[in-house]
Amino acid sequence: MIPWILLLPLLGFVFSGLAGKYLPKALTGTIATGAVFIPFLLSLTLFGRLGQEPAMTVTLFDWLAVGDFHIPFSLLVDRLSVWMMLIITGIGALIHLYSIGYMHDDARFHLFFAYLNLFVFFMLLLVMADNYLILFFGWEGVGLCSYFLIGFWNQNPEYGKAARKAFIMNRIGDLGLLLGLFMLFQLFGSLTYSEIFSRLETMRLAEGALTVATLLLFVGAMGKSAQIPLYTWLPDAMAGPTPVSALIHAATMVTAGIYLIVRSAALFQLAPDTMEIITYTGLATSLFAAVIGLRQNDIKKVLAYSTVSQLGLMFLALGVGAYGSAMFHLTTHAFFKALLFLGAGSVIHAMGGEQDIRRMGGLKSRLPQTFWTFVVGTLAIIGFPLLSGFFSKDEILASVFLHSSVLWGLALISSAITAFYMLRLFFLTFYGKFRGTDEQSAHLHESPLMMTLPLMALAVLSAAGGLINLPELFAGDSGQWLANWYEGGVQEFQSAGHQLSHAVEWGLMGMASFVAIAAIGICYQIYVKKADLPREDVALKGWNRWAANKFYVDELYDAIVVRPLEKGASWLHGVIDRRLIDGFVNTVGALPSRISRFARLLQNGNIAFYLFGMVLGIILILILNFVMGTDLL
Amino acid sequence: MSLLLIPLLGALLMLAFVRGEAARPLSLLAALANLGLTIGYLFWYNPNNPYLMLADFSWIPQAGIRFKLGVDGTGLAMLLLTNLLTPLIIGSTYSRKLPGVFYGLVLLMQAALVGVFTALDGIVFYVFWELALLPIYFICAVWGGEDRVRITLKFFIYTFIGSLFMLLGLIYLQQHAPGQTFDWADLMKADLTPGASTWVTLAFFLAFAIKMPVFPFHTWQPDTYVNAPTGGAMLLSGIMLKMGIYGVIRWMLPLSDGAAQLYPTFIALAIVGIVYASVIAIRLQDIKRIIAYASIAHVGLIAAGVFVGNETALQGAILQMLNHGINIVGLFFVSDIIENRTKSRQLNELGGIAKQAPVFAALFMIIMLGTVAVPLTNGFAGELLLLKGLYEYHIWAAATAGLTLILCAVYMLRIYQFAMFGPAKALTEGFRDVRGSELIVLGVIAALVIVLGVYPQPVLDLTKAATGLLLEMK
Amino acid sequence: MDNTITVTQVIPIEMYVWLSAALFAIGVTGVLLRRNAIVVLMCIELMLNAVNLLLAAFSTYLSDASGQIMVFFIMVVAAAEASVGLALLVMIYRNTKSVDISFLNKLKW
Repeated sequence: MIPWILLLPLLGFVFSGLAGKYLPKALTGTIATGAVFIPFLLSLTLFGRLGQEPAMTVTLFDWLAVGDFHIPFSLLVDRLSVWMMLIITGIGALIHLYSIGYMHDDARFHLFFAYLNLFVFFMLLLVMADNYLILFFGWEGVGLCSYFLIGFWNQNPEYGKAARKAFIMNRIGDLGLLLGLFMLFQLFGSLTYSEIFSRLETMRLAEGALTVATLLLFVGAMGKSAQIPLYTWLPDAMAGPTPVSALIHAATMVTAGIYLIVRSAALFQLAPDTMEIITYTGLATSLFAAVIGLRQNDIKKVLAYSTVSQLGLMFLALGVGAYGSAMFHLTTHAFFKALLFLGAGSVIHAMGGEQDIRRMGGLKSRLPQTFWTFVVGTLAIIGFPLLSGFFSKDEILASVFLHSSVLWGLALISSAITAFYMLRLFFLTFYGKFRGTDEQSAHLHESPLMMTLPLMALAVLSAAGGLINLPELFAGDSGQWLANWYEGGVQEFQSAGHQLSHAVEWGLMGMASFVAIAAIGICYQIYVKKADLPREDVALKGWNRWAANKFYVDELYDAIVVRPLEKGASWLHGVIDRRLIDGFVNTVGALPSRISRFARLLQNGNIAFYLFGMVLGIILILILNFVMGTDLL
Repeated sequence: MSLLLIPLLGALLMLAFVRGEAARPLSLLAALANLGLTIGYLFWYNPNNPYLMLADFSWIPQAGIRFKLGVDGTGLAMLLLTNLLTPLIIGSTYSRKLPGVFYGLVLLMQAALVGVFTALDGIVFYVFWELALLPIYFICAVWGGEDRVRITLKFFIYTFIGSLFMLLGLIYLQQHAPGQTFDWADLMKADLTPGASTWVTLAFFLAFAIKMPVFPFHTWQPDTYVNAPTGGAMLLSGIMLKMGIYGVIRWMLPLSDGAAQLYPTFIALAIVGIVYASVIAIRLQDIKRIIAYASIAHVGLIAAGVFVGNETALQGAILQMLNHGINIVGLFFVSDIIENRTKSRQLNELGGIAKQAPVFAALFMIIMLGTVAVPLTNGFAGELLLLKGLYEYHIWAAATAGLTLILCAVYMLRIYQFAMFGPAKALTEGFRDVRGSELIVLGVIAALVIVLGVYPQPVLDLTKAATGLLLEMK
Repeated sequence: MDNTITVTQVIPIEMYVWLSAALFAIGVTGVLLRRNAIVVLMCIELMLNAVNLLLAAFSTYLSDASGQIMVFFIMVVAAAEASVGLALLVMIYRNTKSVDISFLNKLKW
């Protein structure tokens, strides 16, 4: 059964890719959705079975064996991976369903579903791998599918550029990850999780070796999960169709970095220096992306920066060792961010492709279902009490508080900014007067059921998702279902709630709730009452201008990496390769002909000269032989 | 022996069809027969009995030269490469000018390559090594592009000079070999002073480094590839430059004990070459030239692995030679298809092909992914092992060489972006999708890319025992 | 035959050496100084014959026939050379109306 979970999306990819062109779109879409939904059902049964057994492994074949470097192609389903599988296939199936409606008039409909299925295959491979190398297969594979899907509308060169940027930035991380894998193999003599973790206890490791290895793994995670400094690809990745942004760039692929670190928690636990770096990277990313998000006007860009920021928050949680909280937030984030992206997709769909929130407004009554689901999503992400985001964010904040109150304060600021930009987006889109063209106004329509159904499902999950891991404060130990469940199967999971007094916890929760509710009030004042519209970018001044221009990080990378590389390439080719090296080779080659230019003058065609030469030669020989006594003859 | 005779007789037979249409199918038949035979040998080969002798008789006894051909696992892998690619190359070229001569030369080339990869005698090796140069010279000089004569002459003389140093080294070894013969096993046991060992190693290095080519001996290559007819470029890059790598594995590494101090330099040169060629490839416009520099980069990685010479790297190198051959033949074929249809190879004149030729786009994508070394394509398994081998040597070697993973993605995706995506331009309007023999050849290549990526182990099993033995000699 | 040998041996060998040396020197001088191709050819013949004379003389003095065999060889070669050379000269003359070697310098770089 386990291999089938992987195989079905792969078969779906082959089927849609080869035959989809000749079939009705509805059929192709349904089959592709089924190829993800059936694995969801299979994962559910596995999920049930895992109550009894801790883990299941299946070895398909030996992929590669050279000397002691032995890589079996084997799959592992334990409590951690099955949870990821459920998220991937569950949300994946919903997004497939949504895409049938969203992509219905695209000429390359079948290819879109083929790529989506391929993505699900690689993502499942990533989480189901039993060793780091098979994980790496999935890791690179999802990057590849992301490249295909970002550049799906490949007629537009800008989109192609965004796709390439994503792939190449991911590759930078991948190289780090690959080196990390080599290092792990060197340290442990294996890449299989269970073997590494079991050897960890008995081995004496060289000082710092594990730090370097885990740092290299983290470099991989930075690339995939869009952390500073490798985050700039994610906002650009919004060039892809919106369902892609929802599935790949919000719910699943970008969380692979979190998964990797949680999976390797045993290693990271022993590398406090790495943990420190993860903490600060996560926090910095979270704040930085949130600030940029405040001044973006493209609905998808705002959500993209929000994703970067939330991922930063998860890394912050990882850095302080709250793996369970990170996984919890990963889950709820997958729910509400997928919901928000799909909702944004519904808006864009209705607006005929318009993505600028300054040209929207007043959509509340025109798109009621989208509006109400969007409300849930927004409230969930800003941490409105009792919605899913509230609980998961609260857990992270509590864990961070336990670590350091300064970090906690900064994280709280980050989530306050999150609340601001999300509400700004929300009010500008759905409230006020409609600011689009008349044509758009006439065209406005609620999306079909096929698209709103996933929205509603995700809205329910976003609202109620917190129930899987209620704070100990509310429901006692038994309420911490997700944490308990992990603790039963995976080590290194512990929730922070147990270590804080109830009063402190109430306080923290109160602060977070206050921030969320205050943000609603302030944003309502600014954007609805005063109907304050964001100004054009050129009119902005000071830090606003910097934020709107994403702090010129892209330009910076362009100036310090891309352009020097291109200049260097031209210089290497023109000067070094052509002139210096090839010039030297040609000079050596030309040397004989240079010499012969003079030597050939001897052959002047004058017979008397030749004869004279001959006689001279003979006389020379005679002299040498008889006068000098050299033994020539 | 028949591995050698089939292409030789085929080449002779071609003379009867100098201008005939029958030359292509007949030569294809000969090449396929050789492939069949090679596959037969693969089943026949028993790893426990290291050498499968193909021929062994006295040739010039006065100088201790025997006509001795035999293969071990590495040799078989190279035979597989040669005999797998030759039919693909024949299938992917179409020569209007003197087809009989063209395909005859291709078959002659095949025979010479088979000789190089099976020779177990120094002089026999040298003879085949030089013999391989003749057909490729004529292929490039007769069927090549505008500047063909000058560039082909440069290529010929450059590689020929390198080979002469190798001959010198071989003769020196023979003088100091225990039995004063040119037998491979004998030569490798030659009793050398450290100084002599250094000089012999350097002589061999020069020959092999020019052939591969290793930075900074590479400048003949881009011009030659660009000016050669596509079939010639495929033969050169797909098979011929592997002669150099194979030469290092069989003729240079077993000597290395006396010259170990040279190898760090060799490794450094190879790694510099990887980054250097990759960076140059980023800015070029001509597809063929980009592929040429890409080839320098990829071969640089293989070369670095071979010079490191540990088990992982050697096995990876042999696997990657096969993979690189398949991929580069595919890439040259793709560039040939584009050039034939649009009469241009310049990226800024192309675009939008994917929309008009989806099958071609898909197959090109698979081949490109193989080159970029995405997991589950063939390039990944080889580069993984090579990088791991380099890592065992030094972490910075692996990290620097690993830049190829990033840079290769940069330039290959750039080709794909500019040629295949975006709006169609005047030249690419009405681009016909692949069909017939084009489809078959590209399809076979794409299938090989996937199959060898998903399941590379058979090749590694083939070469395992042989590399082990070679390492023991070191 | 014996008579001939006796007669020949009356003259000391040095005389033959001087004579052929003189002939050879005349030949060399002619080759170097004359412009007329026919004269040059004749001078070459003179040099060859100087050698022939020397070979024959030594052969007689040493009573060894192998020197005379060489003489015959040289004569045959000289005859062949002269015929080919003269034929070439005739062709050259027909084309250029001249046998001056200083004009025949087209065969260069």
